[in-house]
Amino acid sequence: MNVLLDHLPEFREGFIGTILLTLASGALAMVLGIVIAGFRVSPVPPLRFFGAAWVTLFRNTPLTVLFLVAWFVVPVIFMPGLSPWTKALLALGFYTSAFVCEAIRSGINTVPLGQAEAARSIGMTFFQTLRLIVLPQATRTVIPPLSSIFIALTKNSAIAGAFSVTELFGVQKLLSDKGFDIAWIFLWVAIGYLIITFTISGLFRLLERRLGVAR
Amino acid sequence: MSASVLYDAPGPKARLRNRIYTVIGSLAVLGLIVFAIFRLHDKGQLEPEVWDIFNNAGVRNKIRDGLLSTLKVFALAGVLSLALGLLLSVGRLSDHRAIRWFATGFIELFRAVPLLITIYALWVLILTYQKDLGVIGENASFWALVIGLTVYNGCVQAEVFRAGVNAVPRGQVEAGYALGLRKSQVMITLQMPQAIRAMLPTVISQLVVTLKDTSLGYIITYDELLFAARTMANNIIVNGENPITPVVIVVGAIYIVMCLALSSLATWIERRGSRAKTGIRVAAAAEPAEAPQVLDKPVSPVVPPTADSVTVAEDAASTERAVSTGDASSTEGATSTDGTADGTAPTDGGAAEPPEDTPPPDLKK
Repeated sequence: MNVLLDHLPEFREGFIGTILLTLASGALAMVLGIVIAGFRVSPVPPLRFFGAAWVTLFRNTPLTVLFLVAWFVVPVIFMPGLSPWTKALLALGFYTSAFVCEAIRSGINTVPLGQAEAARSIGMTFFQTLRLIVLPQATRTVIPPLSSIFIALTKNSAIAGAFSVTELFGVQKLLSDKGFDIAWIFLWVAIGYLIITFTISGLFRLLERRLGVAR
Repeated sequence: MSASVLYDAPGPKARLRNRIYTVIGSLAVLGLIVFAIFRLHDKGQLEPEVWDIFNNAGVRNKIRDGLLSTLKVFALAGVLSLALGLLLSVGRLSDHRAIRWFATGFIELFRAVPLLITIYALWVLILTYQKDLGVIGENASFWALVIGLTVYNGCVQAEVFRAGVNAVPRGQVEAGYALGLRKSQVMITLQMPQAIRAMLPTVISQLVVTLKDTSLGYIITYDELLFAARTMANNIIVNGENPITPVVIVVGAIYIVMCLALSSLATWIERRGSRAKTGIRVAAAAEPAEAPQVLDKPVSPVVPPTADSVTVAEDAASTERAVSTGDASSTEGATSTDGTADGTAPTDGGAAEPPEDTPPPDLKK
């Protein structure tokens, strides 16, 4: 009980750190995921190949390996001098973007064929069809999977804590290294995560209800 | 499928444009690859000595041992998580309120907490009580990893099985009770077998997640593939630095191959299952064997999917014969359609990937 009250600043910082990391890498994953999903359905073969390779690569690599790559390969080879936070953001964002891409692509597949056909038959181009007709309708079906992808992202961000980024797992590690009872720390950290994940699923349910239409 | 419906079968202009995009896109992708290789070369990561370390027997043995301990954890955690999943799903579907609540609480708690947190807490817990735990205490990190993976994935698998059981038609259960089967008999002989069969692709996809998550052992210093490779890389010095880059690349490739092998198994089972289902349906309806395939792809990407393309497909045999036996004037038309078919052929080939083996997203970690 006292662990929480005595170390409230640490817990608060970890909590905020988790939220910020989740939000930032979620935004990155959304942008990348939409672009890659666009690549995957485009009429240009190399882009489709690139999209497929991207998804296969990032979906089948353990996140820990990606973190290792971000920590030890990327700074040496491409950009030296990234902060740990940026590296964690890149690893999480790239990893999640593969899942976002697949969710959006299957959302695109659920839009009735007639919609795209109608768009085409009134002379819309590929981009117009995608941007004005298909993606807005896909949004609705994509929201429930996106919600669980973001919950997974929140949970995955714990790995960043092991790589010395300030967030909830880092707090757990720090306090248990200081010799506090692990059961209580676990409980409080778990509650922190529960708050975040319940908030996410609540927000998405709200969004779903807002966007829902009678069919 | 609908990818092809987003754009028309390209005409001459669009084909030219697509070809230009193709060239530009290929150049961009190639440029990216060349840039990466150039940077790797620039930093001396492509020197023969750096990659020569993989010819060393010690290095190979390290990687093999790491791989074996990863597989050991995966096998144990996979089997145990399936067992726990079955138990929890039955518990969650139980008629007794206490059991149901306990199972629900357990599943919700451990599914919402990051796996790493659970594993780390278990690790510290086992290390704390190392003396009293005997065998488990000696391999603290191994058991922390196995138990953590079992608990987390067991909860996810339980939800998968529950979804499968709920998908079994109600009439089956009623028929079972009408025959005088007991509750446990209905569950064991009716619901579970069908649930497992229907959910097998998803279960295997979750096993892929389990396999990927064994790499969390790196963080609690369990000697699995990633950790073994990393410590090994720290002990080798080539050209004045640790060969972390090649080691990480090789280990990543090993993980990707293992995961792809497992998920292709899931895809194969999924396709096999759906084929069996259509087989049953066809037999019942006494239709020709080709019929389901026609229904499967009314959206054949080569032909713009319109109502008449379906009709064409339906009596494909007769139409084709009509075209082939048609007079000389119709051959020109045939070649021109061939031309468009050629134009779309590459797009078609690219789009004809295996169907998405995405596990239902809520099962993902």
